[in-house]
Amino acid sequence: MSTPAGMGPSGWRGARRLAGVRRAFAPVAEARGLTRSMLWLGCAITLVFVAIALFAPVVAPYDFDTFEADGSRFAQLEAPSWDHPMGTNVQSTDVLSRIIWGTRTELKVVLVSLLFSISIGVPLGLLSGYFGGKLDRLLVLFMDALFVFPFLLLAIVIAFLLADRVGQGILTAAIAITAVYIPLYFRVVRNHTISIREEPFVEAARALGARPFTIIRKYVFFNVVQNVPPLATLNAADAILTLAALGFLGYGIQPTQGAEWGYDVNRAVSDAASGIWWTGLFPGLAIVLLVVGLTLVGEGLSETMNPVLRKRPTGTVDFSSDSGSEAAGS
Amino acid sequence: MAAQGTSLRQYALTRLALVIPMVFILLTLVFLLMRVAPGDPISAALGGRVPKEEVEKLKAELGYDRPVYVQYADYLASVVRLDFGEAITDRRPIGDIIKENGAATLELTFYAMVVALVVGVTFGLLAGRYRDTWIDGGGRLFGIVVYAMPVFFLGLMAQLLFGSYLGWLPTSDRASPITQATIETHTNIYTIDTLINRDWGAFVDSVEHLVLPAATLGLVTAGVFIRLIRVNVIRTMKDDYIEAARARGVDERAVVYHHAFKNALVPVITVVGLTVALLLSGAVLTETTFNWPGIGRTLILYLQNRDYTAVQGIIVVFALVVVAASVIIDFVNAYIDPRIRY
Repeated sequence: MSTPAGMGPSGWRGARRLAGVRRAFAPVAEARGLTRSMLWLGCAITLVFVAIALFAPVVAPYDFDTFEADGSRFAQLEAPSWDHPMGTNVQSTDVLSRIIWGTRTELKVVLVSLLFSISIGVPLGLLSGYFGGKLDRLLVLFMDALFVFPFLLLAIVIAFLLADRVGQGILTAAIAITAVYIPLYFRVVRNHTISIREEPFVEAARALGARPFTIIRKYVFFNVVQNVPPLATLNAADAILTLAALGFLGYGIQPTQGAEWGYDVNRAVSDAASGIWWTGLFPGLAIVLLVVGLTLVGEGLSETMNPVLRKRPTGTVDFSSDSGSEAAGS
Repeated sequence: MAAQGTSLRQYALTRLALVIPMVFILLTLVFLLMRVAPGDPISAALGGRVPKEEVEKLKAELGYDRPVYVQYADYLASVVRLDFGEAITDRRPIGDIIKENGAATLELTFYAMVVALVVGVTFGLLAGRYRDTWIDGGGRLFGIVVYAMPVFFLGLMAQLLFGSYLGWLPTSDRASPITQATIETHTNIYTIDTLINRDWGAFVDSVEHLVLPAATLGLVTAGVFIRLIRVNVIRTMKDDYIEAARARGVDERAVVYHHAFKNALVPVITVVGLTVALLLSGAVLTETTFNWPGIGRTLILYLQNRDYTAVQGIIVVFALVVVAASVIIDFVNAYIDPRIRY
């Protein structure tokens, strides 16, 4: 990724198959300065959390609900020490272990809910935008209604209702969060589809007799789907906040099913009055760090992809050499 | 243009007409959501604690034994009359809840919005103006961290620092018990009521209680404004008329302050409207953290008691408030920008 797009002819020929991928990533490779460092910092933070989630059984000193070791119960609300680097909480469980296992919960829920909301929102947006008509109008009204609704309330009510049927687990939380974000993908994809639909190349395909679904699949989809990665990353950050909020209010993951940061912060509110800081500070910091990481990636991506904000590297062009006029010196 | 006045009126009327299907869909959605829930509202709220005959009697009394479509029609009709019914568990009319707890939420969100605007506009303008300098970096980092900070976590940290550690400010409730017991309410907004009563001690007391919740909610909301305004300033600074102003030899400072900033701030009005929904969501969390007796915390309490009618009533009110806010914002926008017409 060190060489920007448009290099010498020999490199171009070798990488013909990857040209599309390379072109898509060109803005990322071209990113400079603050944007570039934001992007890398964000990726680093996110990857650390992903690693923690993957290797939780190895990294975590105890299970998320372990309150004793070697037959003796841990002290309640013990301040950070060598045995418990982040202290213990009211239930005598190790705060550090809960945070590590919590990483797993957060990432699982967010991944599931992103998959759900993208796989529902994007196709609906494509169909609605491409075909228009009554279906479009109806869907837009419905999605707008969902969109104006305070998102947290929607998630709470859905989690509350599902809790009776499905139980308070990862699936319930993921569905509640999915419902919140479908309208977002629908909107972005639909509006973009409408503008793509009028492009000459789509009209050409239509004139050649391509069927609607072929056009959507081959011509519209890839143009529209470029918007999704930055959106999904920012969305993942938001979803973590929503999950934590659900957990804080008691409508997230059942405490017996897994550790969840928002729930832990809620339990820490009553500790705060007596000046106990470690039960709330660490899970809260975990939320902030992960969300910051994802936001940096998302912002960096959208800033590099958005032509209005994009800053290309400025370099001197050497007109005397014949190796190509586009070469950008950095 | 001579037709300006009529077209604005036309816009307003069309916009209002479009509200009806939106509200209708929202109301239907709420009704459906609340009815997919297993069992009927009465058994859910009172089940197990009250004898069966009692439940049946209550069901008949409140009309839950009728067919669903009759209940639906009845529900729509009562919303049109602005009658939201009463809670099953404590028989409190929803109207009263809105008046009393709603005022607490209004007070909290209003001051939070003030904080958000002051912080957001200042940092946003600076970050956009001095793009890619340390001011921009700092402003953006602040914006991102503040956005990433769950409002309840920031609240908790504020409680720890200013409440238990420094002991400067109270961390829960709207006022100290003595003030709450003696206050003579007019609007249920304490900072106004105490002023009407000319009770300065109580006024200071309620302001002290307000500082932490409002600052917490406001700071978290400010992140939205910082990001938006920064991007707007950058975009505006690239516009042709800015170039034109510079070409005319207008002083750079005048270009920035008089030409760029003003236009960069116009979209803020739209976002203030959108933020109402965000603030309401944040208020639920802030109120729970600070034990603020607003409508959000009330909603959570009723949810815990499985009181479906109260939950339904409060959610309908939330929905109406959000729709009203979006309509008002659209009117203001149309008034400012004559290009916005149907």
